[in-house]
Amino acid sequence: MAGVGGGNDFQWCFSQVKGAIDEDVAEADIISTVEFNYSGDLLATGDKGGRVVIFQREQESKNRPLSRGEYNVYSTFQSHEPEFDYLKSLEIEEKINKIRWLPQQNAAHFLLSTNDKTIKLWKISERDKRAEGYNLKDEDGRLRDPFRITSLRVPVLMPMDLMVEASPRRIFANAHTYHINSISINSDHETYLSADDLRINLWHLEITDRSFNIVDIKPANMEELTEVITAAECHPHQCNVFVYSSSKGTIRLCDMRAAALCDRHSKFFEEPEDPSSRSFFSEIISSISDVKFSHSGRYMMTRDYLSVKVWDLNMENRPVETYQVHEYLRSKLCSLYENDCIFDKFECCWNGSDSAIMTGSYNNFFRMFDRNTRRDITLEASRENSKPRAMLKPRKVCTGGKRKKDEISVDSLDFNKKILHTAWHPKENVIAVAATNNLYIFQDKIN
Amino acid sequence: MINTMEGALDAQSLISISLRKIHNSRTQRGGIKLHKNLLVSYVLRNARQVYMNEKYAEIYRMQQYEEVMTVCNEIQELNPLDLVEDCEEQTGDCCGSGVGSESPSLCSALLPVSHQAAVQSAHIQSANACSAPLPLQSEEVCKSTDSSFYRSCCAEAYPVTNCDFSPVNNMHCNKTTVLDLDTHVVTTVENGYLHQDCCASLQQCCQGAQNPAKKRKVDFGYYVSEVEEVPDFTPCKRAKFEDCSYANTEQLDTSNISNLISIFGSGFSGLVSKQADFEQALNGQFCSKQALASLGAWTRAIVAF
Repeated sequence: MAGVGGGNDFQWCFSQVKGAIDEDVAEADIISTVEFNYSGDLLATGDKGGRVVIFQREQESKNRPLSRGEYNVYSTFQSHEPEFDYLKSLEIEEKINKIRWLPQQNAAHFLLSTNDKTIKLWKISERDKRAEGYNLKDEDGRLRDPFRITSLRVPVLMPMDLMVEASPRRIFANAHTYHINSISINSDHETYLSADDLRINLWHLEITDRSFNIVDIKPANMEELTEVITAAECHPHQCNVFVYSSSKGTIRLCDMRAAALCDRHSKFFEEPEDPSSRSFFSEIISSISDVKFSHSGRYMMTRDYLSVKVWDLNMENRPVETYQVHEYLRSKLCSLYENDCIFDKFECCWNGSDSAIMTGSYNNFFRMFDRNTRRDITLEASRENSKPRAMLKPRKVCTGGKRKKDEISVDSLDFNKKILHTAWHPKENVIAVAATNNLYIFQDKIN
Repeated sequence: MINTMEGALDAQSLISISLRKIHNSRTQRGGIKLHKNLLVSYVLRNARQVYMNEKYAEIYRMQQYEEVMTVCNEIQELNPLDLVEDCEEQTGDCCGSGVGSESPSLCSALLPVSHQAAVQSAHIQSANACSAPLPLQSEEVCKSTDSSFYRSCCAEAYPVTNCDFSPVNNMHCNKTTVLDLDTHVVTTVENGYLHQDCCASLQQCCQGAQNPAKKRKVDFGYYVSEVEEVPDFTPCKRAKFEDCSYANTEQLDTSNISNLISIFGSGFSGLVSKQADFEQALNGQFCSKQALASLGAWTRAIVAF
């Protein structure tokens, strides 16, 4: 059961915050992606410094039945390093753009992480036993003198402190000329797609030296370029279907059975523009920054600068639901263009039952919308509200003249504190919210 | 129809800001972001549309006023007493009408001699505008600057409808060099000039005003180290581009963007240089004016990717 908050039976509470408290934020520590795995027991974050940190949920304790399991650091590793393309004289950033977990098939966990150019498959495995009592070598590893070996000794597995190892199992490189913005694992669990500004490639997880190009929107003459690919995702159940969104605010659904090159879409989703709202920045604010299928596979959600839209895959001419995230910014677009905030790419996510959606905003605010009750709530991720199990108070932005108590005016919003990445636990009401270099975890508290 | 609440002045500052963003993107870590620059180019296009509409309306109004005053003066010379009423009527006709093609013909029909005088003075004016502040201006930019000014002076019906306000048409008014990041092939896209008939006389004017000897050639092989060289937009330079395509793609990359910037006026040397200081902003302001005055020089911003 997932509610949004504000009702009598549901409240969001602070659970944990990870990251430094320092006001001075190192750029490398800025979180760039957050993702729960399929079970929700593992939570991965990637940052601008190319590091991946994985948190694991502790088993619920019988002593404290009311507090859910906490997330503690499970593994940390450097996924990507900065590189230099000598041919084009370009530096390749190590920033992790996306992390996607593979479904678990054995004791180890696998995830894909990508920067602008290279995708890597990482295996995260546990080691809690060590072999001791080798026949031919001492405990410290030195070879024993053969003449001193008089009997056969079989090594025994002894318990040791848990060690979590991350090792790169596959490196998928050199397939993208432009910057990778999305990766998505197919429902067949064998293939995945990667998308850059102009192309989408289909990979097999076992094969690193080849990939199929399935979408190519690069025009013959680059002068005629009018749109780029901004996000792509595989359908959660139909392994032949995927969607990709564009900078023009359109979404194309493609069927890989139709042709090897999916340049011709099967469905084209576009909402006609309202001509009365045209401005200098119409193209920028209509650019889609994220697209996510619902868990059911019936709907998909898109995020543009000011709103979130839910589309029914069976209806192409308009979304079925539109939610305004921060409409009060529409009159501030000029300043937001000057300070580059208008180019921020906000993500969005569904809850496990597809009844609610969440996305971020500025001033460390994030918004949740209940699709059934049509209620929405604005919450804040801040250190002030970080007492354990403290209830989160709904926030409100004042748009009109008179500012009520507890409201914040639009001009007081801190546009440097932006929440671009959020994730919702696949089964429970636990959410992870990335606020610059801090990761906040909130969960529900049923009264 | 873009909401023109912000006005032409804001459009101009938006253009400066956008050009600065495109310039800064060259030095950003991680390489040029195609998506962001594409969006910036849309803002540029929108701002330009608004600015040109406002500018044209202003020029039209000014021209209307000038012609009417000239008519009145002429009529006064002939018969100061009898034709005052006629003059007022004409004023009403000319000034009251919108952007139509009939009234200018009407006006110009009345004053063949003085109109030509006005045209000639406009010649000199724009020639001075061309040559004085920007001695290094490229031929093409100079031409287009004149043509926009001339458009309002022409004895013919205002060739506005022929003229290319829309970006699509304007794409036909340019030569641009494009580097394909995939194949590393440099291609030149050549398009026709803006107004071949109008520009015939302009070319003569422009060449007279310019000092061709002053044009500096840029050696792209040393582009990265040279700071104040201004890339030119001449055919022989393009040949050099193609020669160099097999090597030094990184210089071609940056020089393609600088070509884009040079489209807006060669006085962009401040922006082209590595020093990112306040001068650049001023140059941007100054050159955006030139850029906006030169209709024929507009093209879509993303050519270098």
